[in-house]
Amino acid sequence: MRNPLAEQVVDIKPSGIRKFFDIVSEMKDAISLGVGEPDFDTPWHIRDEGIYSLEKGHTKYTSNAGLRTLREEVGNYLYRTQGVRYHADKEVLITVGGSEAIDIGMRALINPGVGEEVLIPQPSYVSYEPCAILAGAKPVIINLKAENEFRLTAEELLEAVTEKTKLLILPFPNNPTGAIMEREDLEAIAKIAIEKDIIVMSDEIYGELTYKGKHVSIAGLPGMKERTILINGFSKTYAMTGWRMGYACGPENIIEQMTKIHQFAIMCAPTTGQYAGIEALRNGEEDIIEMRTAYNQRRRYLMHAFREMGLACFEPFGAFYVFPCIKEFGMTSEEFASRFLEEEKVAAVPGTAFGESGEGFLRISYAYSLEKLKVAMERLSRFITRLREEQKK
Amino acid sequence: MREELLRIIEKNSRMNLKELAVILGVEEIDIVNELAALENEGIICGYHTMINWEMTSIEKVNALIEVRITPQRGQGFDNIAERIYKYSEVHSVYLISGGYDLLVSLEGKTLKQVSNFVSDKLSTLDGVLSTATHFVLKKYKEHGTILTKKYEDERELITP
Repeated sequence: MRNPLAEQVVDIKPSGIRKFFDIVSEMKDAISLGVGEPDFDTPWHIRDEGIYSLEKGHTKYTSNAGLRTLREEVGNYLYRTQGVRYHADKEVLITVGGSEAIDIGMRALINPGVGEEVLIPQPSYVSYEPCAILAGAKPVIINLKAENEFRLTAEELLEAVTEKTKLLILPFPNNPTGAIMEREDLEAIAKIAIEKDIIVMSDEIYGELTYKGKHVSIAGLPGMKERTILINGFSKTYAMTGWRMGYACGPENIIEQMTKIHQFAIMCAPTTGQYAGIEALRNGEEDIIEMRTAYNQRRRYLMHAFREMGLACFEPFGAFYVFPCIKEFGMTSEEFASRFLEEEKVAAVPGTAFGESGEGFLRISYAYSLEKLKVAMERLSRFITRLREEQKK
Repeated sequence: MREELLRIIEKNSRMNLKELAVILGVEEIDIVNELAALENEGIICGYHTMINWEMTSIEKVNALIEVRITPQRGQGFDNIAERIYKYSEVHSVYLISGGYDLLVSLEGKTLKQVSNFVSDKLSTLDGVLSTATHFVLKKYKEHGTILTKKYEDERELITP
């Protein structure tokens, strides 16, 4: 039998997290700091709408782009929070999580095999690079730096831009670093995007989890709406990861082509989730505030714990991750994470799972109760004290 | 900070001053001052512990009693409410809109003790027209805390 597999797919490295996960899954009593989803349950009134929609028999397909009411509510939300207007009929597409939007966005933009370049700042979420490859683009990695608090600077962007650059991924607030981009940071990026005629895919799935001012979308800056695909969703904002609900907004011509792929590949996002999504956007503001307040308390707690341990960490103002530096211990992120797991039974994800520039860092999620974080920090403190003593010998 | 502080200690009054200062991003002395002010103003009324007595071997009986009363001239319901809340068996007394006037929650050691309280003391008070006693069979949730089910983390240990 001949090899049935596509080389392009086989060549994609499995996610770095997977390898580590296999080790973790064998340690039943480990406590985890490795999760990329909220610890809260979906607020009851949102779940209730999902259940109610099932009771009423809303069990059919919706239109490909998603329920019209939901698209309107997405438009309202973005107008309310970012001052940018998206037309519900032409510029909004409801997707199966933000992940689908990333995938079909790239496929709608890239001419495969001709070397069109997608700029991917790293450390960042694991799926941009594989999606770019599968779409036939050439991924170009921009290694973000701790001294810039892992923001993307204009200089870094300019250095990476070539004649072939088509698309820039803008993953802020960032998983895994917790970095955010403020208005002036975005203005510098927008200027270059316009000058060099680059499309921006702005993944704002953690937008509501911003702890310094309000999240700013690049799509709201002058001249950017027409060259931005804004991706967001319900997973992090409303603790709805399992519902698989996201959306993409952008210029009509791009959304039209994305909708075409979505139509053939997916048909439509889950109907139950769409009804729940309407309720979330209409009446979920208080839930967001409550969850954001809790995350922010935990974030402060962890930063304080790191300071007490003398562990270097820039203060992140977004998402629910902190990204401490472990370079002082003279081992790789993976070695550190493995030993931490083995010796203290705490699972945290090595920074390298999110790109080479994550080397020397550890992603610690604070989607856990303060009580759990306290236990974990006691163990981390004990662990690094031991490492420092080892180093002295 | 005041509202956030209250929300935290409403759920966990045992959190120490240092921890409170850390998670609220202020100095410890600010917490001390704010708590003192809240106590002085009567906003913080106590630091009770929530106990699920059903898990112990100590027997307790809880009842909710609807009380209809005749309001008194110049005093309204306050006088009679005060007569009722002074009994140590009485946990809480609320003035209620609707079909009756006061909702009294009561804790006793035995069914008999509660019944005796209602028949001997409560219903014989001047101004009490009638009572309807409801015994609590099971507590599912109290003070926003679910008593019947432990939270289980269903999440995968590691996700990107």
